Amino acid sequence: MANVIETNQLTKTFNSLMAVDKLNITVKSGEIFGLLGPNGAGKTTTISMLCTILKPTAGTAKVNGFDIVKEATQVRKSIGIVFQDPSVDDRLTGRENLYMHANLYGVPASEQKSRIEHVLKLVELQDRADDLLRTYSGGMRRRLELARGLIHYPKLLFLDEPTLGLDPQTRDHVWRYIRELKETHDITVVLTTHYMDEADRLCDRIAIMDYGKIIALDTPTKLKDTLEGDVVIVKTNNPDALSKLVAEKMQLKKTRTVNGTVEITVRNGENLLPRIVETAAQNKIHVESISLRAPNLEDVFLHYTGRMIRADSGKEPHGIAAIQRRKIR
Amino acid sequence: MTELRGFYTLWLREVKRYLRDRTRIISSFFQPLLWLVVFGVGIGSSLRGAVTIPGLTYQQLIFPGIVGQTLLFTAMFMGISVIWDKEFGFMKEILVAPVSRMTIFLGKMVGDSTDALLQGVIVLALGLALGIQIDLFAFLACLPVMLLITFGLVSIGLTIASFMGSLESFGAIQSFINLPLFFLSGALFQVQSLPDWMQTLARANPLTYGVDALRTIILGGTWQPLYPLYVNLAVIGVFDVIMIIIGTWAFTRMK
Ligand SMILES: Nc1ncnc2c1ncn2[C@@H]1O[C@H](COP(=O)(O)OP(=O)(O)OP(=O)(O)O)[C@@H](O)[C@H]1O
Ligand SMILES: [Mg+2]
Repeated sequence: MANVIETNQLTKTFNSLMAVDKLNITVKSGEIFGLLGPNGAGKTTTISMLCTILKPTAGTAKVNGFDIVKEATQVRKSIGIVFQDPSVDDRLTGRENLYMHANLYGVPASEQKSRIEHVLKLVELQDRADDLLRTYSGGMRRRLELARGLIHYPKLLFLDEPTLGLDPQTRDHVWRYIRELKETHDITVVLTTHYMDEADRLCDRIAIMDYGKIIALDTPTKLKDTLEGDVVIVKTNNPDALSKLVAEKMQLKKTRTVNGTVEITVRNGENLLPRIVETAAQNKIHVESISLRAPNLEDVFLHYTGRMIRADSGKEPHGIAAIQRRKIR
Repeated sequence: MTELRGFYTLWLREVKRYLRDRTRIISSFFQPLLWLVVFGVGIGSSLRGAVTIPGLTYQQLIFPGIVGQTLLFTAMFMGISVIWDKEFGFMKEILVAPVSRMTIFLGKMVGDSTDALLQGVIVLALGLALGIQIDLFAFLACLPVMLLITFGLVSIGLTIASFMGSLESFGAIQSFINLPLFFLSGALFQVQSLPDWMQTLARANPLTYGVDALRTIILGGTWQPLYPLYVNLAVIGVFDVIMIIIGTWAFTRMK
């Protein structure tokens, strides 16, 4: 299938800061492509260039076959975007915002009403549709923006943190609708997200981005497979000591402490459980519980970037993972 | 077709926002009222008719000037909406839409001009309430002329705002432009009786032609116009076209 996006050494610098660094990615027609990365990785900057809001410093890209610099108007005609930052008119009502968008994007007049009702229902704002946006809560505004981005069935839809701040139920609806859009209207979706479960469930392929570069790109399953192993989780009274011990004595390099528990990525984890408990006991570290799980995208992310994605966890991982990370850079 | 619909949509938005802003509409009475009553009557009675035109009170003389002033101040103020839109992110939604920058500029400009026109109509009504005579034909003739005047002025405001990053900086620049244009437009006096150097400045001021045109229409035969009406309208028209071209260019380079 044809490529909907092809970037060629796409680069953006802000003064001396390298926000996007010689990016080369292709997005295939009909796929849901995820951009994953910590704050400041360059996700929004990449999307802004692709949707012609920002001019690249160097390099270029083709979107739906059009050059993003030379054929910006054609690019804009073929895309839709839900911005990360607010972009509604709060002096107008929800419905007015939607009609305005439908008109700006040339949705046929005969279809406007039904599409608008549909998306309003989807984000459960029918009751508030005729209230001024300024009376909406933050999450409601977000829902309206999302509804707005879905009205004009673009060939390519950019969603920058589409479900940020939404309650789980609405996120669920939105996911389903994005999948539905893709299937019924053959829409290609590029999304950024901080929710790992969202990326996992929704995306056909995921690019992990850090410091303006893509450091891994594959299907969620393959990305998880690259970790080659399971994750052992140990609850203990002294996580730092245990993680040091495991890393040094047992030569298990992929060890880190996360929120007060020790996590170890290993092959054949089940065989290792007894040895870990034993080693801990020998060194007078009390193990409260120990368990094993399959790796998730969070682990993949940590593996590649050396950081947890959640802004709220806010901690750099300790131990080997962090050291490895520094060496890579 | 998409462009036309885009234009209409953006126009409608500006008008809706204006009509919803009750405070702005109500407060718009206040300034012209002060000028017409306090300034108009005050200066008028100090002058005792000495320098004014036979058959016209000072208040009558400045009334079209105050209409022009309202158009000027409102039009320039409209630039704020651009900064507002940038600040609240709505500008991104418009700029990424598949309509040309010219359409975006024109939609906003004509919408803002419509708002300024409504302000002008309010002042005309205020004049009627104060006993200034405007016959129906003059009233109707004022409407297209006022609209023509606002196009260029709104374009100045939008152009400047498209370069500005904050409300504060826009406010500062705006007052630099508003007052000279107002004072040099002959809104408060007759341009013909000015010293040469000041007349030159006044004739370089687009608002001078607007005020002169409004006086010709409202005051009729008692007013000795600076230029014939058609010259006034032609000058304003040329000014509009130039400002629209500059404004479109400014919007094209806006991010
Ligand atoms: N207009 C700008 N001027 C200067 N620096 C900028 C600008 N926009 C972005 N940056 C910088 O570029 C880098 C990448 O920012 P970007 O917004 O693309 O990150 P992101 O991956 O979207 O992050 P987040 O997850 O927080 O949304 C950051 O370091 C940011 O500070
Ligand atoms: Mg971002």
